[in-house]
Amino acid sequence: MTRDEILALVADILGGIAPEADIATVPGDADLRDALDLDSMDILNFVAALHERTRRPIPEADTPRLVTLNGVVAYFQTAGP
Amino acid sequence: MNPPVPSPSGNAAPLGGHARIVKPVAGGRVPPNLADYAATCRDFNWPAARALLDGLPGGRGLNIAHEAVDRHAAGPRADRAALRWIGRGRHRVFTWRELRDETNRVANMLQVLGLEHGARVFVLAGRIPELYLAVLGALKARCVVCPLFSAFGPEPIAMRLEIGEADLLITTEALYRRKVEALRHRLPRLRHVVLVGEAGATTELPGTLDWQRLMQAAGTAFTIPPTDPEDMALLHFTSGTTGRPKGAVHAHQAVVMHHVTGRYALDLHPDDIFWCTADPGWVTGTSYGIIAPLTNGVTNLVVEAEFDAETWYEVLERERVSVWYTAPTAIRMMMKLGRAALAGRDLSALRFMASVGEPLNPEAVLWGVEAFGMPFHDNWWQTETGGIMIANYAAMDVKPGSMGRPLPGITAAILRRDEAGGVDEVTRPMIEGELALKAGWPSMMRGYLREEARYRKCFAGEWYLTGDLAMRDEDGYFWFIGRADDVIKSSGHLIGPFEVESALMEHPAVAEAAVIGKPDPIAGEIVKAFVALKPGHEANEAMRRQLLGHARTRLGAAVAPKEIDFRANLPRTRSGKIMRRLLKARELGLPEGDISTLESDER
Repeated sequence: MTRDEILALVADILGGIAPEADIATVPGDADLRDALDLDSMDILNFVAALHERTRRPIPEADTPRLVTLNGVVAYFQTAGP
Repeated sequence: MNPPVPSPSGNAAPLGGHARIVKPVAGGRVPPNLADYAATCRDFNWPAARALLDGLPGGRGLNIAHEAVDRHAAGPRADRAALRWIGRGRHRVFTWRELRDETNRVANMLQVLGLEHGARVFVLAGRIPELYLAVLGALKARCVVCPLFSAFGPEPIAMRLEIGEADLLITTEALYRRKVEALRHRLPRLRHVVLVGEAGATTELPGTLDWQRLMQAAGTAFTIPPTDPEDMALLHFTSGTTGRPKGAVHAHQAVVMHHVTGRYALDLHPDDIFWCTADPGWVTGTSYGIIAPLTNGVTNLVVEAEFDAETWYEVLERERVSVWYTAPTAIRMMMKLGRAALAGRDLSALRFMASVGEPLNPEAVLWGVEAFGMPFHDNWWQTETGGIMIANYAAMDVKPGSMGRPLPGITAAILRRDEAGGVDEVTRPMIEGELALKAGWPSMMRGYLREEARYRKCFAGEWYLTGDLAMRDEDGYFWFIGRADDVIKSSGHLIGPFEVESALMEHPAVAEAAVIGKPDPIAGEIVKAFVALKPGHEANEAMRRQLLGHARTRLGAAVAPKEIDFRANLPRTRSGKIMRRLLKARELGLPEGDISTLESDER
């Protein structure tokens, strides 16, 4: 996936979880929880949706890599298992 | 052993089915403070518990901050670490001596600002050092402290500032801009706002004062004025089924309970490194995230970052945490990650683990044994009780799924309300009723602020009624069943459905809204809303997102619904009350129970 495709996917998923959030305003390295007021349940739902939409298995231990936009992009730009 | 019992609230009570975890007769390397439960309960009395504290010098009363800070700063622990703060990329240590000086500055600053005895000081911040200094300094100045949760949205914040008649708000520049500034006009009573800048920077926002400048100008000498043990000290908001949030009032006297429960329920010893993961925006994070460890002379670890299992394990290992007080939602998230994440960690310092917030399921208690070599010790209390009331102790066998037995000095019972409005005690084991506590312990709430009628409703004769349904077994262990009302318990926080429904009703498309707690394997319950739209609005995904965004913007992520479903209309009683219970029973596929009062059903 390209960076733009990944960011579009993130925007769409977050639109269902935290529609008030505007990811265009979030710096790539900012923690999404702070920048967008997401709680841990939101992050859990976000990671579950990433898995559902990309069909890529995401081990629990990878969650900390998926809490910034740059982190998500890097994660999905590398070839999945 | 008993089979799991289904309950009216839909949660299977986690009863029986799990072997008890037997504790050794002689304690481990550190003998537990409460070694013999029966003997300690028999010998316990409140004057002796009070005598564990010093009181203000010269018999001038009892002040929480003196017991937490000044008495240790004047003693052999003066140069030991009192507060160890682990920030994002930074850390800071305050010895008791430093903590005394800095909290004295706060007390002086409040006097300069004209905040007299009894003035209401609200704090709204993440877990930053200034928050801890502000709370303790305000207690020294005999102000009333009310901590607010920083994940609240603007609406819950403004409403609590209004109800609590805030005189002063101490918050951060970022939170002020995002959550308070726009609603400031609603708070004419609020005299001052003090802002803490980002990473030590000063602030310059109109209508506010700068923390750093005020602190620099304030001296480090302060003598706590005479403090009546019954003086109001803390205000903690909680939620009921209906009406606005209630401000539970606690007195300085509560420190007797904070201290003694720190000893017995958390087994705090002088050399401990204690970590309470709760945010001070909730009562646990104040009673046990600030007060109890400090009164007990224990190093209090504060971690600024939000939950992340790897980070937490690293903290446990690096900081040599010996006593850890956390919550079911976090434990269940760690379980999901699996014990492999703990491989190679040296957690040899860890001695005791406790949990609070909602009942800890037996699997999670046992996972503690598997992953950490010891069970999580569940305990039970509420905002209104001010301190731990029922607990599992270091030296007492654990029955996984039980909240344990009452603290020494606390009498708990299972009651049934009778037709005449009185109550009867249920003495037969394993019969469901309302959990009640005999009134009169030091940290019992002294009232709900300006809500005398709601306060009185909590009592029947000598009993405080908790609103929780429970059972007691033949050994005196208590088992939680569910709430007697419609209050939602999500990630350990009580959420009043009315507050959420009111925010939804503010949206122009909403005709009716009802909010329930939907059982969730991680959070215990999540907030789920049912909404009926006004004519001319279509129930679709775009509308769902609009309402969700609306609710989150007003309420914040911790209170707003996680799910919204549409209905053509909602089930109501003849008197017009929405039947949340019926919505919940249907959501869970449970029997609908008595629906004789149902007037208009949902569609």
